[in-house]
Parts: sequence; C-alpha cells; structure tokens
Amino acid sequence: MAKILMKGNEAVAEAAIRAGCRLYFAYPITPQSELIEYMARMLPKVDGCFLQAESEVAAINMVYGAAGAGKRTMTSSSSPGISLKMEGISYIAGANLPAVIINVQRGGPGLGDIQPAQGDYFQATKGGGHGDYRLIVLAPSSVQEFADMASLSFDLADKYRNPVMILSDGMLGQMMEPVEFKEPLTDAKIEELGKQHDSWCINPNVDGPGHHHNEINSLEIDPNVLEQHVYELDRKYKLIEKNEILFEEYKVNDDNEILCVAFGTASRVVKSAIDELNDEGHNIGLIRPITVWPYPYEQIAKRITAKTKLVHVFELNLGQMLEDVKIAVNGKVPVEFYGKVGGIVFTPAEVKAKLLEKL
Amino acid sequence: MEVIATRPKSLTDLQFTYCPGCLHGVAHRLVAECIDELGIQNTVTGVAPVGCSVFAYKFFDFDMAQAAHGRAPAVATGILRARPEMQVFTYQGDGDLAAIGTAEIIHAANRGENMTVFFVNNAIYGMTGGQMAPTSLPGMKTTTSPYGRDTNDIGHPIQVCELLNTLISPYFIERVSLLTPGDIVKAKKAVKKALTYNKERRGFTFVELISTCPTNWGMDPVESLTWAKENMIPFFVPQMFRDKGAE
Repeated sequence: MAKILMKGNEAVAEAAIRAGCRLYFAYPITPQSELIEYMARMLPKVDGCFLQAESEVAAINMVYGAAGAGKRTMTSSSSPGISLKMEGISYIAGANLPAVIINVQRGGPGLGDIQPAQGDYFQATKGGGHGDYRLIVLAPSSVQEFADMASLSFDLADKYRNPVMILSDGMLGQMMEPVEFKEPLTDAKIEELGKQHDSWCINPNVDGPGHHHNEINSLEIDPNVLEQHVYELDRKYKLIEKNEILFEEYKVNDDNEILCVAFGTASRVVKSAIDELNDEGHNIGLIRPITVWPYPYEQIAKRITAKTKLVHVFELNLGQMLEDVKIAVNGKVPVEFYGKVGGIVFTPAEVKAKLLEKL
Repeated sequence: MEVIATRPKSLTDLQFTYCPGCLHGVAHRLVAECIDELGIQNTVTGVAPVGCSVFAYKFFDFDMAQAAHGRAPAVATGILRARPEMQVFTYQGDGDLAAIGTAEIIHAANRGENMTVFFVNNAIYGMTGGQMAPTSLPGMKTTTSPYGRDTNDIGHPIQVCELLNTLISPYFIERVSLLTPGDIVKAKKAVKKALTYNKERRGFTFVELISTCPTNWGMDPVESLTWAKENMIPFFVPQMFRDKGAE
C-alpha cells in the first residue's frame, strides 16, 4: 500500500478502525481534536459507533461498558481530560477489561497549554487512578509508529485483558508524516476477536436463560478475596513485564561515551543531536523505551560499560522518566538530566550543547 | 399442588443483604418478575450502582456490570452500543443518580438511549450511613445535616422525574411508590411497561420508586412507611409524567 501524508491524530484513528475498533467514545479537547473528528467521520462508514460523550468521565465509563461487553473499544483525550478519566481507568484495570486510551499530551499542570509535553509520564506509568494497578503504556516517536501502535494496543489489551495507553503528545498528534497502513481486519475477524471474550463478558445467553451469569466488577468487599484479586493482577503484571518490553537502540555500542535515554518526541531531537556529534567523532548512543511500562530497566543497565562516562536523560518535563533511569543505572555511573517544560520542545542544538558540556 | 408464587428465575439464590424493612428487596423482585414475564432473561443485562444496591450484580441472575458511583447510565450506554440486541437497565439510588451522576443521567436520557433506569429514591445515603441526599426533604435531619436540611444553604430536594420531563427525548417517565401493597401493584405495572418499551426498542424509559430507609431514618419499618407517606409523597408525587406509547 502507498504511503499517505497524515497527521498523527488522524493516522492513529484510521489505524484503530483497521484494527477492529468499532466503538469509540470521547470528548473534544485540543490537541487531539482531529482524532475525535476523524472517528466521527469514518466510524459510521463501517457501521461503527461514534459517540461524543457529555464528559471525559462519561466517555471512559462508556468504554468500561463496551469493553465489558467484549468489544474492541477506545477513547482518546489530552492531559487534563486524561486526569478526568483516571477513575474509570482504575475501574477498567480492576475489572480486567481490555481497552485502549490515547493521551495526546499537552503542557500542564492544570489547564496548562496546548503545546507538546511529556508531563503525564508519572500519571501513565505509576498509577494516576487509585489502587494497585498497571497500564501497559506505549510511547510512539513518529506518525508511523503512532499508527502501528493502534493494533498493537488492541492485541495487548485483548491478550492480557488490561487497559493499554498510547502516550503520545501534541507534536506527534499534529505533525504530518508519511504513513503506511496495515490491511483492515475483516468483519469476520473482528467478530472472531470479540467471541474470544464470550466466557466472561456481557453477552446474550444464546443457549437459554441462566446459561451464564457474567459479572463485570471491581468490588470485593471481603478483604481476603480482594487480596487474592490484587495478587492475581500482580501475576498478570509480572507476566507483562517479562514478555512485552519494547525499546529501540540507536547507535548503541560497547564504546559509547554517553548513553542517552529519551522517549517519544524528545527522542527524535536527541537522535539529531547524536548524529551531529558522532559525525564530529564522538560516540554517543540512545536507548528509546517504546514501552514506558513495562520499563526496559535491564536493557538500559546492560548497556553501561567501562567506557560509559554517564547516562543522560532528555525529557519534555521536569524529570519523570529520570527516576526509572536512575533505578536502571543503580548508581553505576552519574545520571544527568535536561528537560524543557511549558510545551517548549528543545532543539537539537540545545541537546548537543548539553552533551558537549559532559564530553 | 399448584405453585402460585415463587422466587423469580431472574434472581439468584443469594440472600439479600438489605436491612429489615428496606424496600430494595421489593424493587429487585418487581424487576425480576417483569423480566421473567417478558421472557428476556437471556438477553437482558443490568448495571449496579454504588450505594446499598451495589450488590445487585450478584442478585440478578443474568450478566451484570457494576459501575463507578453515578456512572451507570454511561456504562449502560457503552454496553448498549456494543450489544444493541440486548436489553439494558440501570438500578440506581438517589445519591448515585441525582448527585454524583447528574450529568450521566441527563445525557443518557437526552440521547434517548434505549435503556431503562430504575431510580430508587429514599431521600438519604444508606450505605455510607445516613448522610444528606440530593432528595433529602427540607428540614430533614441526617448525619451531614444534623440541624435539618437548610434549603437556604443547600437548596431544595431535586425532583428528578420533573427535571427529566423537560427533555424532548425520553419515551417514558413515571414515579411510583413502594409504600403499600396497592402501590406495589401499580409500581409493577410501571416497571413492566418500561421494560416492555425497552424490549420494543422505543427509547429511554425511567421509573422512580419512592422507598424508605428505616435504619438511617432511625425508625422501625412501619414508622418509616408512615413517615414516607406523610413527608415524601406530597413532595415526590407519584404520577405518570410521560408515556409516548399511550399518545
């Protein structure tokens, strides 16, 4: 298939439809509006359900209902809206439901602004909602990758019956790049994917009354039962940590003087800076976590050699993933940080200057 | 021997967890009986709220969801859009529906979602221990209005049927009472009509059931019925607000 020039917001929407998403509930917010608008235009054409909810809270609870009915379902928003969804996300996680949530991050805290930022890293990877739960969190760094993550997210959500978040930002949402789409799933395939959930989800008792009594629920009033439920979730999370870590190594080798770590939009700028510095004779590498939960701790630790002077983290926040990198590095070498906030994206020159200071 | 009354098939064998004199058991039974009579046990699903009836998902014998506080109409919307072939109802109390879930109920009603909402109004938060509800009556003493509900400070109780009746979309809105055997017979007719319309995919149907809370009102069951008749019924007047099917 030929490549199409598209905004990230529209590309991920198209990819989600191709991945079998037929139920989408959301509320308008900048800078993700093209996503909701694309769904409003395109979902009716495939007999899907587009519903503009009365609030972010309602939208995520509609997702809870549709996921509880065993169908591929999605919502999207931007930072302040994602905060509002946190209650529902906790319930979705607690009830073991598969669902996809897209966060096109903007500057915060509070109403912040509408420029790209990565300030929701803690919220996405460390909780955000109440209780012990984990989201699988994917961080794209290009429009193509953003789009590819739609089907990956639905597959992971179905595989583990767990909510998956794509942690994007205003840059990736608004930027146009060439993107190549996968062939859309057929209606028969989508039907088949839904059927795999029939044993636990809300669905008609086709074999007659009383055939099944499935419960979509996160309440266990007996602490001993809840304890077992949370341990059960934990076993699932450990399995995800074992199986699903994704990361990219860029110019990483045993002789790197500096090992950079950055994700999403920030990683693109860091790559440009590394290209220039390495052309000038330096040896700098980058590890880009693609899953920011589960996090590639061991993969980062493994890349620290006798030659590594330091690890340098670059983020569009005050240093959130920095804490995970410090856990990974575990004091072996210094960990430096440079970040920009307020929706400002650093330039390759700024990143290069920071790295040159350390060389 | 002829069986003339039995436990509805649409209820599980679990014993209700409700207090003595509580009318949730009656309301559950009415809903279950009507589902049995309409023959929809295999295609119906319900959404339980947060509140005393939070365990409704265990009591009804078909697939059930339990929703976050106030969100049942949004959850029901999601289920309905995913499974339009099913009948979906929510079962909600006054704190759930008329306080924290105000946005969800108004917009589900306004979309004309093909769901049935059973709104059990007993003018108090039961499960959390007797706090003031959006439907608590003027002057009513609760644990969070210990000097009586002051309408100058916190406003008047919300009449939900009247509020929803300002919307164009809803198909059926009726308020009934569960306070006397005669009332219960009338209530069952409303419950059945709402579920019938639901089955026929006519649109949004809403039944408010005036109920009691002897425990948190600090009364015995008989006193609570008398108090409700004297205080709730004059303000929450049982009546048919809308029946597009009868027009």
